Amino acid sequence: MIEIVAGAALATVQDLGRVGALNLGVGVAGAMDPMALAAGNILLGNEEGAAAIEIPVFPFTVRFTEPTRFAVTGTDCAPALDGKAVPPWFACRAQAGQSLTLSVPGPSAWRATRAYLCVAGGIDVPVVLGSRSTQMRGAFGGHEGRPLQTGDLVPTHAADRAGPDVGLVPPVFDLPLDVDGVPAVRVLPAAEYDAFTPQAQASLWSCAWKITPQSDRYGFRLAGDELKPRVPLELRSHGIVPGVIQVPHGGQPIIQMRDAQPSGGYPKIGVVIEADLWRLGQAPPGSRIRFAPCTWDEALDAAAGNRRWLDKARRIAGLQHRAGEGGR
Amino acid sequence: MTGAPHLSLLGTTGLLFEAPGDTTLETQRRIWALARETERWASVREAVPGMNNLMLVFADPPRQLQAFKDRLLATWTAVEPLPYSGRCVDLPVSYGGEGGPHMADVVAHTGLSIDDIVALHAEPTYTVYALGSHPGYCYLGGMDARIATPRRKVPVLKIPGGAVSIGGSQTGVSASAGPSGWNTIGTTDMTFFDVSRTPPALLQPGDSIRFRPMRVLR
Repeated sequence: MIEIVAGAALATVQDLGRVGALNLGVGVAGAMDPMALAAGNILLGNEEGAAAIEIPVFPFTVRFTEPTRFAVTGTDCAPALDGKAVPPWFACRAQAGQSLTLSVPGPSAWRATRAYLCVAGGIDVPVVLGSRSTQMRGAFGGHEGRPLQTGDLVPTHAADRAGPDVGLVPPVFDLPLDVDGVPAVRVLPAAEYDAFTPQAQASLWSCAWKITPQSDRYGFRLAGDELKPRVPLELRSHGIVPGVIQVPHGGQPIIQMRDAQPSGGYPKIGVVIEADLWRLGQAPPGSRIRFAPCTWDEALDAAAGNRRWLDKARRIAGLQHRAGEGGR
Repeated sequence: MTGAPHLSLLGTTGLLFEAPGDTTLETQRRIWALARETERWASVREAVPGMNNLMLVFADPPRQLQAFKDRLLATWTAVEPLPYSGRCVDLPVSYGGEGGPHMADVVAHTGLSIDDIVALHAEPTYTVYALGSHPGYCYLGGMDARIATPRRKVPVLKIPGGAVSIGGSQTGVSASAGPSGWNTIGTTDMTFFDVSRTPPALLQPGDSIRFRPMRVLR
């Protein structure tokens, strides 16, 4: 088990999200950065979708109650085991009783805000409606249907598997994306795109949108040019997904994120492609982001690019695993 | 059928199908039929009815998008309204008072008395058109237009589960505590969603609700 020692604000158990419960009104939840979650699991020989702890606020300290292999991916939060630095994006081993502290991310080679604490075998909370992710509205899934608190004992699979020292370089280095020096995500126009004024359409693509502090797992509230529809729009309630860029009456867009409700009625000007949601999930409040237009084929190629990166990571980890076994 | 359906992308995650015309039970029954057909397709992971529309979530986004759209439109033309009418659940409601803090706003907007509002609200049998918003929440059709009241200018940060409310021309019952911009006129004890139950949601599309006034606090 993992004991939460300090600083658990808003940390939650997440996997790759809940599939098949939208018809019950249940949203997808899941990791804000699915690439970091999958990579951490690959490093430990887990299934890519094994559950981990997503940590958005630092410092954060846990104590391992038994020998545990773990990896910290996502932001570079200077992980330290009993005070001794261990590398991020690296498979490490903790002895029973050792404490792991994740610190406030400093200026880093890569820009990210959330860390993932992955453990060999995964976090072993019950599967609810097909997922271990924490569902906030309705309070189920995850650890007791809520964010973690100091003193919680989080169950892990008893997986005392041996494993080699292996690390990965975060995917943003292999898969960079920016427009005019501003980090970008690719967007496909949505149902009401044509109902916005030409100025609004131009602004969507040209503005360096500020991610306001009112941004969290539910949604990212952006600040920038005012986006106006040609005429006021009234929509009937319909299904929506993470990545939908809604424009409420005030004209400032909100991107729906993993804990967003699964239906909505505000006009949608565009939707961030699924292959770029991991970039968005790591974008810091206060920073700026650009929307880059793309075609359907480019969007699918981007997803294939992510898949290739994960396959390569698995080969790297797999080769290391074999080398490690040969050395014993 | 008048007009053509409107298809739009939800990024690469899904596709939104919007039926033409007004929101009617007849059209909604065709939406349910379309959902039942399309959820069997290999490329579709989930088919999620909304109000007069259907969201399809891709299992694997089709490279040949136009062929997918053509098949969807052909299926829409072919489907017959699903003649489903499920069970009807009676909901005992306490109207007004502490459990209905915005009754006064509905009175002010409609010019009707509390008794008239309760009578009009409790008269119809409401069909569940779709589930959405939050776990177990039902979108209902059939509210009397005379008690329609605009959504609140400032949403309430937390209304409790069981809150019976009016938002524009719709009414509904919140299934768990959360924020809402609707006008809460009463409260019920019914549990709409419980993950330990199978199925977890009390109601599904095609079922219906009748509100039974137990108390009216004036």
